[in-house]
Amino acid sequence: MRRVLRQREIVADDWRHVAENSGATTRAESLIVPLAELRANGAAWAAWTGRLGVGIAPADKVEELAPALWRVSLIAVEFPSPSEGRGFTQGRLLRERFGFAGELRAVGAGVKRDLIFALARCGFDTFELAAGEDLEAAARALDRYTAAYQPGGRLASVTRQRFTA
Amino acid sequence: MYRYDDIDQTLVAERVDEFRDQTRRFLAGELSEEDFRPLRLRNGLYIQRHAPMLRIAIPYGLLSSTQLRKLGDIAHRYDRDYGHFTTRQNLQLNWPKLETVPDILAELASVQMHAIQTSGNCVRNVTADHLAGVARDELDDPRPYCEIIRQWATLHPEFTYLPRKFKIAVTGSPADRAASEVHDVGLHMRRDADGHIGFEVLVGGGLGRAPAIGQVIREFLPLPDLLSYLEAILRVYNRYGRRDNIHKARIKVLVKSLGAAKFREEVEVEWQAAQDSAPHLPQTEVERVRAFFAPPAYERLTDIDAAADREPEFRAWYRYNTRAHRVPGYRAVVVSLKKHGRPPGDITSAQMAALASLADEVSFGLIRVAHDQNLLLADVRQQDLYATWLALRLQELATANIGTLTDMIACPGLDFCGLANAGTISVARDIQKRFDDLDYLYDLGEIEIKMSGCMNACGHHHVGHIGILGVEKHGEEWYQITLGGSVNGFTALGEVIGPSVPQRAVPETIERIVDVYRAHRDEGERLIDTYRRIGMAPFKERVYASRAAAA
Repeated sequence: MRRVLRQREIVADDWRHVAENSGATTRAESLIVPLAELRANGAAWAAWTGRLGVGIAPADKVEELAPALWRVSLIAVEFPSPSEGRGFTQGRLLRERFGFAGELRAVGAGVKRDLIFALARCGFDTFELAAGEDLEAAARALDRYTAAYQPGGRLASVTRQRFTA
Repeated sequence: MYRYDDIDQTLVAERVDEFRDQTRRFLAGELSEEDFRPLRLRNGLYIQRHAPMLRIAIPYGLLSSTQLRKLGDIAHRYDRDYGHFTTRQNLQLNWPKLETVPDILAELASVQMHAIQTSGNCVRNVTADHLAGVARDELDDPRPYCEIIRQWATLHPEFTYLPRKFKIAVTGSPADRAASEVHDVGLHMRRDADGHIGFEVLVGGGLGRAPAIGQVIREFLPLPDLLSYLEAILRVYNRYGRRDNIHKARIKVLVKSLGAAKFREEVEVEWQAAQDSAPHLPQTEVERVRAFFAPPAYERLTDIDAAADREPEFRAWYRYNTRAHRVPGYRAVVVSLKKHGRPPGDITSAQMAALASLADEVSFGLIRVAHDQNLLLADVRQQDLYATWLALRLQELATANIGTLTDMIACPGLDFCGLANAGTISVARDIQKRFDDLDYLYDLGEIEIKMSGCMNACGHHHVGHIGILGVEKHGEEWYQITLGGSVNGFTALGEVIGPSVPQRAVPETIERIVDVYRAHRDEGERLIDTYRRIGMAPFKERVYASRAAAA
């Protein structure tokens, strides 16, 4: 089973992406569905009784998701490559503007330990790391800096901050 | 100047640790070249033609003597005894060894310096008018606001990977010595009717491919809104800037495709919506930073005629290499890095050390970097000018050519840069050789030559009175010449004069352009003025017709 870094802990992942084949699907399962799929088949997914997570791609507008946030337990923001930076803004908007309080997860080939700190500062609390990444090292990266200039997600290590919101 | 507090020092120290770890992992094979590349670029480290190149940030071009001494020392111990100042007021080392870069960064941190975000797709070094704080035409000193922007932009988590690089320049003077109108964001200081400081905000300027002049999206941005508004601009850019084509990824392309009015509306809507989460700039913080830029302890002096009864060489230097100062009895001294025979912007370790000591003696221990690749001693007593000249001359830093044709800007070009299509250093040398007579240069008056070795336009060729762009043609180095570009308060992009010319023909082409100017100029008219009056045709005719005749 996949392991993820969630709120500083390395845990077994209790979520499944809809594209991942896991044999039998139970309606009580925790499933991450791409926003595009929800957009296309919204009525069918409304009947889903298990926990619902939404996967968003870099070009997706988080505003579109806002009316449905009450129904969503997890949002998985995709970072398909190391140079894709839109997800950082998506994370902040979901947390700060739309008040999303569920699990905010970074997923994709771009999710590597050297980005963990910045992602956490943008509100991400869970990291589904790229293949081959060292989870222990990623967990340590959450303490990379003890100071910051900008306001951002609360991190235990950051004890001094210049600007506040 | 600004002094680091605990937050600043901690951040650069932790950044050094982070980069040391990343370098170690790369060298140990734990990090692929593909993964290491964006990480090293964010720290100013390129892999160039021959060796790595490290670009060191010099925020808004201000250096203490201690810092300059350290830069000289680093160039001596870790590189080949020299450095190169760039059009963005930074210093480049051309030959450091990758494995020593973390140590270099630690040395920099020891004097409150770094190389953070000097490259990569992020907010780059914030630049300013090199005469900030001493210019007579200045509304207010822009540097405190540059420092505030520097801090806000440093390791900003949301803007970790923008579509492309992002450059901000701030000026407090209408003369715009910071080329702010060709930056992604240009900020012009303004005062409202009540005397409050604010900024006119320009967006979408830039050189490189498809050069553009920035467009005003805010007439007056109040100071407390500075960071929140910049954050709104960056957020709109980060969300909607193109990422599918590196040549269309700069903010100027987004501004152009949306139109300035629509872009402005997007920013205003975002800015309003983010009021509760955007960084606040309290007056206490403004005051804290401003205090570091309080004027030095100037003496009460009166202006003197420092050039009277001196030799002609000094009088020429005084005229060309010193500038008026707002405080009586002082002048700003331009330290020429344009000695004929040397690559523009290059300086040796020994020169750095000597200049640092001279700054301690005559200019409050501070040195500035100008975007035209010269240095400045900004606060020299007029009575010390002669001794300053003697000291600079001894270091070969007193070539009295500032503002003349050989005070040209040139990027490092094909000799060093991995992106370049053509050489610039050898062309600069050939031009210097052709125009080696100072009296002739003085007769030609103010001429700005700006040269880039490729379309990326690090040498600002679009805004040179005479622009020179290196292009590759069938494996040979050719040069496209433009006329009529300018910055400094009237920003215009140069027009291509005609087909490009081979390298050996560049000095001759410049000579012919200059000949047309000399034949047509009115009393007191500069080349750029003559060009604006008579247009391209006479220049074009002379450059190409005579070529045909010669062939």
